[in-house]
Amino acid sequence: MSDATAATHQETDAQGRLLAADGTPLKRSLARALRRQKLRALALIAPLLIFILVTFIAPIADMLFRSVENEIVADTLPRTVVALKEWEYASGEAPGEPVYAALARDMTIAAEYKEHTRLGSRLNYETTGISSLFRKSGRGVEDIGEFYQDQFEDLNEAWEEPETWARIFGSDAWLDAQAEEGAEATFSLRDGVAEAFPNTAEIYAAFAEFAQTEDEDNPFEEDPWPLAYAMLYEDLSGGAGVQGYSGPEADLLQEAAAAVGGFESQSYKAAFIDIDDDWADIEVWGTIKAYSPRFTSGYFLNSVDLQLTPEGIERQDEDQRIYGLLFKRTMFMSLVITISCILLAYPVAFLLANLPMRISNLLMILVLLPFWTSLLVRTSAWKVLLQQQGVINDVLVWIGLVDDANRLIMINNQFGTIVAMTHILLPFMILPMYSVMQTIPPSYVRAAKSLGATNWTAFWRVYFPQSVPGIGAGSILVFILAIGYYITPALVGGTTGTFISNRIAYHISSSLNWGLGAALGAILLAAVLILYWAYDKIVGIDNVKLG
Amino acid sequence: MVTLPPYATTGQRIWFYAFRVICGLIFFFLIAPIVVIMPLSFNAENFFTFTPEMLSFDPDGYSLKHYRDFFGTSDWQQALRNSVSIAPVATLLSVSFGTLAAIGLSSEHVPFRRAIMAVLISPMIVPLIISAAGMYFFYSRIGLQGTYFGVVLAHAALGIPFVIITVTATLVGFDRSLTRASASLGADPVRTFFKVQMPLILPGVISGALFAFITSFDEVVVVLFVGSAGQKTLPWQMFIGLREQISPTILAVATMLVIISIALLTTVEILRRRSERLRGMSPG
Repeated sequence: MSDATAATHQETDAQGRLLAADGTPLKRSLARALRRQKLRALALIAPLLIFILVTFIAPIADMLFRSVENEIVADTLPRTVVALKEWEYASGEAPGEPVYAALARDMTIAAEYKEHTRLGSRLNYETTGISSLFRKSGRGVEDIGEFYQDQFEDLNEAWEEPETWARIFGSDAWLDAQAEEGAEATFSLRDGVAEAFPNTAEIYAAFAEFAQTEDEDNPFEEDPWPLAYAMLYEDLSGGAGVQGYSGPEADLLQEAAAAVGGFESQSYKAAFIDIDDDWADIEVWGTIKAYSPRFTSGYFLNSVDLQLTPEGIERQDEDQRIYGLLFKRTMFMSLVITISCILLAYPVAFLLANLPMRISNLLMILVLLPFWTSLLVRTSAWKVLLQQQGVINDVLVWIGLVDDANRLIMINNQFGTIVAMTHILLPFMILPMYSVMQTIPPSYVRAAKSLGATNWTAFWRVYFPQSVPGIGAGSILVFILAIGYYITPALVGGTTGTFISNRIAYHISSSLNWGLGAALGAILLAAVLILYWAYDKIVGIDNVKLG
Repeated sequence: MVTLPPYATTGQRIWFYAFRVICGLIFFFLIAPIVVIMPLSFNAENFFTFTPEMLSFDPDGYSLKHYRDFFGTSDWQQALRNSVSIAPVATLLSVSFGTLAAIGLSSEHVPFRRAIMAVLISPMIVPLIISAAGMYFFYSRIGLQGTYFGVVLAHAALGIPFVIITVTATLVGFDRSLTRASASLGADPVRTFFKVQMPLILPGVISGALFAFITSFDEVVVVLFVGSAGQKTLPWQMFIGLREQISPTILAVATMLVIISIALLTTVEILRRRSERLRGMSPG
């Protein structure tokens, strides 16, 4: 749009607005061009942004979600959780019969699906002993049903046959289909049976689903869970509508309904306490109740050495308070590492910034080589050097500083971690310091000296304040990297030199307490993000330089 | 401070030399651990220290047995193959996405530039153990945990910040009138990109690629969690070796890795100087 072309067109419209070459108002034309540029830039960024969101941000979000997620209790013991709503831990008494009845149903289903052990280990994090209690109960829960099963079978042998059950509870359509297709035919309940025998129908339907999906068997040929007999006893003795029922085996049911009055009965509560005394323990019930909501603050409380107990939030037992110590140790050691990096990096950066370009470029290689060398190489080097039979001890013995019998222990403790990590992170301190110091004009120090300042005053009052941004940038960078370190502390830290990261890794790969690992990770992440934000404010992420 | 003036006092002289000695010691601290493992990797014994034979330069004290061990053990060879098959693909992904995005980010009219930048750089800032944990959870959900593809995606994500940083740094000095000139001479945007812009930012792209490559090649935490035994990389094998039974083969591997690092560092330095010269930013 040179002046010449613009001049051939009308320059303004009726309202006096400037026009572009094609006759549209200039303002709109510019806005459109700007918008197009914006869209073009965003279109270039979008693929990467989506890539990062899926491969990186979504995983982080997933981890944060896992730190509060607690669906396992409500999913595995759905009926028990509902029944427990009525019960108060403060009452000081174990819950009543309905809760145990609900537990019998939940436990039977969970034990068949083998989910009770997972829930047991989950709750065991909160109250030790629950894991074995659940395992024992998973095995013992069949006894509850068998108690009634025997009585039904004594009454009439027809109750031993799986077909009896299938004919009563299966729909006619399914009974026909299974005769042809076998296990392939999807089970469906008979119309009206759910109203006549609500409890039994529910459990039988659950059994049929399990038989078909997990074992790929035909419910027509499989013995129902013993609990179904207990349910039938409950339905019949509760005066269920046997009269209203007119399907197959109605006579058998009539006979049973007449006989159940004479059956020996057993309370679920007594049955469970018979399996394990712990079911009378209100601590167990309190824990189940406290962890029954779908979201819990329990993991976060655990990671700050608190505990969600039935009575509310309490401090963790003395011997289990480890996370406060670990967080403090991580902070303290990162601080020590940062300070030693500052002390070692400052003279080197100063020297590099003040030497002639050619020599400083040469010396820079000594800084960049460790920066480029594999982290594991450097860690293994320190592991080799610091060993009791390693090079450093050998040299010290040879010089005579250390007695051969009392070689120094420099590894598998805090000292080893600090030395190795200082070495590993030192380039991250030198590089930002160097780039700041390079920009400090030497004439300032010369001016100070010409005004009578001593070398020290000139350095401390003139040079040093100008180099502070470099120290700040380097320190935040090193500190951020240090508090999240995992590999080096794991290899040279032993037990006293480990960081919070090592504990996170332990919970994810060994103890499998993923929620706690995620909560510890979330806290660490928060700390890092605050520092990252500060770094962005002070240095600007655009100004990060590599090499 | 660079040279000692002739009128310097004795105190100043002492400080001048003392300062150089201190700096020398710090350089020694930086470089010695890396240098020491090289001769140790030729140790004829299974020791991690210099044997008397080695110190007297007796040829019997040295041998290539740890190198033979590396090339002869299927575990190490498998690990090497895995590393070599994961790193280049991850690098390719980070570089292609990263370069495009860096060009987009260098435009003056990007909305939310700071926020986007913060998100793109975050894989470098978030502690690896947290990235690893999150990826472990999330990739298990979508069936990528324990697959080659999962490890490649994870490593590509970790390499992206390095590509973004190096390429945006090259683009800072990029003269936009060159692309305009190319466009005014009739080149379409794609041609302009490949004929004008790409050759000029190529050194930055290659440095970014090398950074991304070394990130993936050296990475151990994420692969420990996201990978399974089938994706055991060289660093993973070293990590196991260091934690369980530490064998001097690790030193042979370490020496070879140092040599690779030196080669990469040299390339990056040459590229950086070339790029600065191309853009007229440095007299070198």
